[in-house]
Amino acid sequence: MDQAMVEQARSSAPNPAGMSLSIEQLNAWYGRKQALFDINLTVPPLSVTALIGPSGCGKSTLVRCLNRLHETIPGARVEGRVLANGLDIYGRGIRPMNVRRHIGMVFQQPNPLPTRSIFENVAIGPRLNLGLHGSRLKELVERSLQQAALWEEVKDRLHSPATSLSGGQQQRLCIARALALEPEVLLMDEPCSALDPISTLQVEELITYLKRQYTIVVVTHNMQQAARIADRTAFFLHGHLVEEGETQQLFTHPRKKETEDYISGRFG
Amino acid sequence: MIQERVSLSKARQQWIRWQRLLRAQRPGDLFFRGITLLFVLIVLGLVAGTAWILISNSLPTIRRFGFSFLTNKAFDPVHDSYGVLPAIFGTLITSAFALIFAVPLGVGASIFLVDFCPRPLRLVLAFLIDLLAAIPSVIYGLWGFLVLAPWLHNNGEPWLQQHLGFLPLFQGQPEGVGYLGAGIILTMMVLPLIISVSREVMLVTPVAQREALLALGATRWEVIRHAVLPFARVGILGGVILALGRALGETMAVTMIVGNQANEPSLSLFTPGYTLASVIANQFGEATPGLFLSAIIEAGLILFIITLITNILARWLIASLQRQAQGRSRGGRL
Repeated sequence: MDQAMVEQARSSAPNPAGMSLSIEQLNAWYGRKQALFDINLTVPPLSVTALIGPSGCGKSTLVRCLNRLHETIPGARVEGRVLANGLDIYGRGIRPMNVRRHIGMVFQQPNPLPTRSIFENVAIGPRLNLGLHGSRLKELVERSLQQAALWEEVKDRLHSPATSLSGGQQQRLCIARALALEPEVLLMDEPCSALDPISTLQVEELITYLKRQYTIVVVTHNMQQAARIADRTAFFLHGHLVEEGETQQLFTHPRKKETEDYISGRFG
Repeated sequence: MIQERVSLSKARQQWIRWQRLLRAQRPGDLFFRGITLLFVLIVLGLVAGTAWILISNSLPTIRRFGFSFLTNKAFDPVHDSYGVLPAIFGTLITSAFALIFAVPLGVGASIFLVDFCPRPLRLVLAFLIDLLAAIPSVIYGLWGFLVLAPWLHNNGEPWLQQHLGFLPLFQGQPEGVGYLGAGIILTMMVLPLIISVSREVMLVTPVAQREALLALGATRWEVIRHAVLPFARVGILGGVILALGRALGETMAVTMIVGNQANEPSLSLFTPGYTLASVIANQFGEATPGLFLSAIIEAGLILFIITLITNILARWLIASLQRQAQGRSRGGRL
């Protein structure tokens, strides 16, 4: 994608300088079980922030709090604030649907809609939310697939079913689907854990490329991946944020003992 | 030399033993296959036996009237003249009526139960709906005859005639008993079936599919429309088939409210009529051996065939829906 296209997409966004997220005193529960304790974390705009930690440490729960998806699970609830460009997405009168339309998400397992075509899978977001159709919709679908580095592979079979794609292609299709809504933030919950090494590399390159235009939060339990793609990294343990900082600094000079134990492979 | 030969035969023995190990038939497996095959044969035998009894016992009327049995409207033991045209018509129109109203109502209700209803209320409602399915059909019939029919006669049908009388469906003399009442009772009776089946299949929609839509900023309805219904449609159709089977064959409740008159098939829902099942229920008590009994059994045979045809059509529809979904998912990889 050329620079002009980036500029054009940028200028239509509410905040051309990219969106920052600021998490303040966030607590989350599944029923009675508390999953997150007093999380404070700032995600700078147009950067990649990686959340790492052992299974069950709350990193997935945290990203699901950032687009208000956590509360859709029966019994789950959230307390605290998440400021998106300064506005609390848990504030009064805020509608979760609108939050999710601006803060996109890619899941661990590729989840294209199985009964829809490749084109329809990307088009569904803009169709539902922006009421686009015809040539403008086609343009947007093409641009999103290009951004997700999938266009060349699927341009001749846009109307084949989404399930005919390989796992890696399906994941990039889901990324394209999220991008088609032109969100400001992209949340990715272990986007590569179901993919083979080559697809993983493709998605990682994609993330590095996309941060020019999007604020990205990516959950991973692959520390090498975090080191490769993230500008900042946050380490979680048992629902607590242990340490957060620049990726390089966190991996080479961790401040906390737990972080050092984890990244040197002594547990987790 | 000798030693070599000994070790060779030892190797051969081991080889034979290895072959035996992999080729051994497991008796349990054979036994289990035999038992399940037996069960299937029993079921097939029951169906074949039913068909045989129905056909062999209705031979007298089949020989005597041939196809005119299907087109003759009189069922007249006094003059030994038999036909079931009004009953076939009544069976189809009351079942169609029931499905037309019960499917949207039932699917709508299960959408509410699965996606909008607060959890404690859902459990109570689901219990009550399942309870509806357990009410004996004679109770529905009594209610239909004692409550619904008089109300239709005095209020419901005159009102329909006044406001929608330009439709042929609502013309004619309000009678209370008739196709309309039977259709309403059938709707009530198949509704819990459709709700239960739809609710079960909607509940197992993969969370990943719902969240895919939620993450795109979809409303609740859009999640249902684009994630839940595409996933559940085959199962819902299965529920509709069960409902259709029940509506076609329902006897007691329908007999009590359909009116039991062999009238000319007419589009008016106010007409008192017959269904195949109600003909059998009404006439069986007085049946005398000979043409009379044979005519009743042939009515049963026709009901059997109608049920068979609708089931085959429905299976075919489901299979093609499934093929569509699978074929699509395989197609692109070629």
